[in-house]
Amino acid sequence: MTAAHGTEPRFDAPATGTTRSAAGGAAIRVDDVSLTFRGTRTTTALEHLTLEVAPREVVALIGPNGCGKSTLLRVISGLIAPDDGSVAIDGRPVRGPDEAVGLVFQEPRLLAWRSVEDNVRFPMELAGWPRDRQAARAAELLRLVGLRDFARAKPSTLSGGTAQRVAIARALALEPAALLLDEPFSALDALTRERFNAELLTLWQRTGSTIVLVTHSIPEAVFLADRVVVLSPRPGRVVADIRVDLPRPRRVADLDSAAVGRLAAEIRSHLVDTTDDAIALADARAALEGEDAR
Amino acid sequence: MTTKPGAAARAKVTPVDAPTVTPRATGRSTIGLVAPVVASLAVFLVVWQAIVAIGRYPPFILPAPLTVAQRFLKAWTDGTMWPHFATTLVEVMLGFAIGATLALVVGVVLARSRLAERLLSPYLVAAQATPILALAPLIALWFGTGLPSKLVITTLIVFFPVAVATMVGLRSVDPRLIEMARAFRATNAEVVRRVEVPAALPAILGGMRVGITLAVIGAIIAEWAGGDRGLGVLINVARGSLFDIPLMFATLATLALLGVTLYLVMVLVERRLVGDR
Repeated sequence: MTAAHGTEPRFDAPATGTTRSAAGGAAIRVDDVSLTFRGTRTTTALEHLTLEVAPREVVALIGPNGCGKSTLLRVISGLIAPDDGSVAIDGRPVRGPDEAVGLVFQEPRLLAWRSVEDNVRFPMELAGWPRDRQAARAAELLRLVGLRDFARAKPSTLSGGTAQRVAIARALALEPAALLLDEPFSALDALTRERFNAELLTLWQRTGSTIVLVTHSIPEAVFLADRVVVLSPRPGRVVADIRVDLPRPRRVADLDSAAVGRLAAEIRSHLVDTTDDAIALADARAALEGEDAR
Repeated sequence: MTTKPGAAARAKVTPVDAPTVTPRATGRSTIGLVAPVVASLAVFLVVWQAIVAIGRYPPFILPAPLTVAQRFLKAWTDGTMWPHFATTLVEVMLGFAIGATLALVVGVVLARSRLAERLLSPYLVAAQATPILALAPLIALWFGTGLPSKLVITTLIVFFPVAVATMVGLRSVDPRLIEMARAFRATNAEVVRRVEVPAALPAILGGMRVGITLAVIGAIIAEWAGGDRGLGVLINVARGSLFDIPLMFATLATLALLGVTLYLVMVLVERRLVGDR
């Protein structure tokens, strides 16, 4: 489908006009947050978790399956209220989904009955923007993610990568000061993923928003982030907070350097306790403790 | 065996130059859609004629297709058919509109609340399981033999498939889409209007497609239970006091055409609303 247009769309297609958010990146503060899901089986997803993200910082959250990374992202975005503790964006406590936050999910989650452009306009409609402002902003966003020619296309005709670009454009619609991404490229093949990561950095430089990204991939975390935060398996806690002092702008080729190898090894060492076996062991121990308590 | 090289070259170029059109829009596939329908109708009529010819049935048992066609045209041109057709059409359209609207509302309520489903579904299922044929005389007794009883019966028969389709359609909306909408600060009403109903629309329209054909059945049953006008009444009169079996067949043909037309209208509406997903 992209062949018809000659070249693959790119995030860093020449852009006119400003896409810089007014706030210039939000400060995020997660303060002593705990969250337990009660159901047929009670799981403590987050326990006394504290995390601070500076304006314009890129933070990667890394950890094993079920460590509460995605839950933490939902708490920050105001979709889930924590049992304890608080979240603040630029000092304002989060009490529900906030206009200052844009969320990108693991799947594109596009509305199948709407065109690409109308999907991007969805948040603006909800925010009650006038139609001409919606149209102008949508055109600007589609240019930014390199999808100008796809405005009228229906989601079912898009490849996974293109659909995810639309989702990113939609997340940027209201010029959020913070962009939260939940394993956004995990469904893409390795090469496309590498390219998308590079393009995400370009996008970050242009929009100037704070980015919190959930990932499973150590190279991805090192490549993108200023800081890599390692979370423990259930309940999620911060195990390590590693600064990535690689110069920017970064290129995919930089991933082969010795400094990257050292950082990756350090991150991996913190992840050793978080293998599936370790989780199973922790679960078993928790279950035993639960029985003792009764 | 001579071929014009120029023509061949043009023919080769055309597909590339031609603007891309969806297959549905091209003339060739319209013929492709219509041809089998015409062919099967022709086979049907031939077999019908053959049965009449071989069995030597008299017209009051099984009239030949041509006899029915002549009676059909006569009934439409001499004004016999029209008042009955108009009466039934009004019953069907109004009954469907009322039934489908009520069903949409109830379907949304059922989808949203498990309690509502537990409270209401026994009655809905019981109403559906009781043959409408058995209820019709009672309804005619209560509401008289005019339009109201026809609308009650038609509404009842349309209600169930549309309500169930709406409930199931809404329940099966991807919860991840709803979470996405909430992340962009959609209110409950906006989630229903902008995400759930559009996402469930194919299922809802599928229920309406069933509902519209049932509405025709409902109207005929209602007319049989009591009434002085309508295609159902005409069938009874043609079979009974007039003993005009070709007219009865002509009325049946009218009913079939009405049902098929309404069904096709629903399909068109559906294609228009959800066609290019």
